[in-house]
Amino acid sequence: MGNLKRNWPIVTLIIGMVIGMVLPLLLGLSAPGFYVEVLLGGLMSGVLYSLVALGFVLIFKASGVFNFAQGAMVLFAALAMARLAEWVPQLLGIESRLVGNLIAFLLALAIMVIFAWLVERLVLRHLVNQEGVVLLMATLGVTYFIDGVGQTVWGSDIYEINLGLPKTPTMILDGVFQGGILINQEDLVAALAAALLVIALAVFFQKTSTGRALRAVADDHQAAQSIGIPLNTIWVIVWAVAGIVALVAGMIWGSKLGVQFSISLVALKALPVVILGGLTSVPGAILGGLIIGVGEKFAEVFLGPVMVKAFDLAGGGIENWFAYALALAFLLVRPEGLFGEKHIDRV
Amino acid sequence: MAERHIGDVVLKVEKISLAFGGVKALTDVSFDVREHEVRAIIGPNGAGKSSMLNVINGVYTPQEGSLTLKGRTFDHMSPRRAAEMGIARTFQSLALFKGMSVLDNIMTGRNLKMKANMLLQAVRIGPALNEELRHREFVEQIIDFLEIQAYRKTQVGRLPYGLQKRVDLGRALAMEPRLLLLDEPMAGMNTEEKQDMCRFVLDVNDEFGTTIVLIEHDMGVVMDISDRVVVLDYGKKIGDGTPDEVRANQNVIDAYLGVAH
Repeated sequence: MGNLKRNWPIVTLIIGMVIGMVLPLLLGLSAPGFYVEVLLGGLMSGVLYSLVALGFVLIFKASGVFNFAQGAMVLFAALAMARLAEWVPQLLGIESRLVGNLIAFLLALAIMVIFAWLVERLVLRHLVNQEGVVLLMATLGVTYFIDGVGQTVWGSDIYEINLGLPKTPTMILDGVFQGGILINQEDLVAALAAALLVIALAVFFQKTSTGRALRAVADDHQAAQSIGIPLNTIWVIVWAVAGIVALVAGMIWGSKLGVQFSISLVALKALPVVILGGLTSVPGAILGGLIIGVGEKFAEVFLGPVMVKAFDLAGGGIENWFAYALALAFLLVRPEGLFGEKHIDRV
Repeated sequence: MAERHIGDVVLKVEKISLAFGGVKALTDVSFDVREHEVRAIIGPNGAGKSSMLNVINGVYTPQEGSLTLKGRTFDHMSPRRAAEMGIARTFQSLALFKGMSVLDNIMTGRNLKMKANMLLQAVRIGPALNEELRHREFVEQIIDFLEIQAYRKTQVGRLPYGLQKRVDLGRALAMEPRLLLLDEPMAGMNTEEKQDMCRFVLDVNDEFGTTIVLIEHDMGVVMDISDRVVVLDYGKKIGDGTPDEVRANQNVIDAYLGVAH
């Protein structure tokens, strides 16, 4: 009972969120079919937020660095993928889109790994044992650097990534709901890819000795070194993994909306996600992304019209700020996020 | 204990000098460590004891001098090479992986010995499964030995200080070290915890034949459990010998009790 007493703000917040979610259905504001459609749409964009947030969490967990460059990495990886998929078939005379895409993907992967190696060699190695804020500033520098270099090398137009996924929406569950549910096959594939990636990462972190070494480095540099864990290699691995996650996120976003500079701003949407889920939790990043994705869609579709009517507004735009308002609420009542490690310092 | 066979020299520290800018942490320090012995390094605060340990373990690179380990001479060590050559250590201020369980903490000590392919580890098949089981078994033995079975799955950060010190020792033991460096293993402990720790240190030495180099403040403990003692003061060696010899050494008495100038 004491627990409940202490945790009432977060409990209230969560109950509020749940009520907010089911209210439209209960009040009959929406047809069940439409409700499910909005829910699915929210989940789909949530998956993408999760992927970007995952990049943040991975690097923070394994090296204690809040990597501001994650968004720029997504853009850079997406640009690399888009351009290589265009150049490689031209240069090698490959007809098949699948083969071309595959080669481009592997090349982009290699580029992200080299990038990780360079970051360790040129930046992190010289900043061992520095304050977190110094490292944050360093990643800020990296952000602008790769923003610039990315556009110099790959160009600054809007490019498309064509993965050959079917883009036509299909109707499912025709019998259950009136009018059925419109669903985008591309979104389904994306969600599946993201889920696979997350499972692979979880296994890697929990079951392999390298994963154990990664967690060890995150906790204590000196002790990790004393048992023979090479810090530098570990950092390269972490950044490479974050780079790969960025590449997958970039590909999915890129194939959905085209590759352009605004992709790097997706990182800003991932901030509320990590605040909500907790900066040190992989499941937190996933769930946080889904909550934010669904939350903002619901707010836009169901809360929007009500507010417009009540306050006589011009309407719209809730989707843009809802995530931040939610994050602010979480910061107030549970700063470590839903699943983050609670820090208890002995003083 | 008298029956213990003390062997040849395994580690020889020769003319080590280490300075941080203008501060001389160690000046021309030489000593050796014989196989199977318990070697203590003592000295007043700031005498350079921890620095000495950090040189042996490769954290600090001395400006002068060399280390001879298993017949090979090095100007400087790296932590990685030290670990590979069988040197393990514990820390004065705890340096455990606080977010991980006791079991996982000790398992990290086996990291260097895990050779299986990462992919195989991930899916736990074939050689990787055998390997994991073998290492797990070894780690369970250490856990039994240190009497921390009940805390196997507990997050280390939640354990009391004395137990955390044991986990620290367990992680070092998991490396199957030939040479174990203990940086103030009894610091901050109560009498009972100290007695337990003494017992573990002696048992490790007896049962596994591990050579031990330890730093300790508690004079009673040091004189009781070590075979030979090095005394440092202001980064210089002022005494070296059996506990009785050291106790009788005038320089040592002066350093500890102060001397009228």
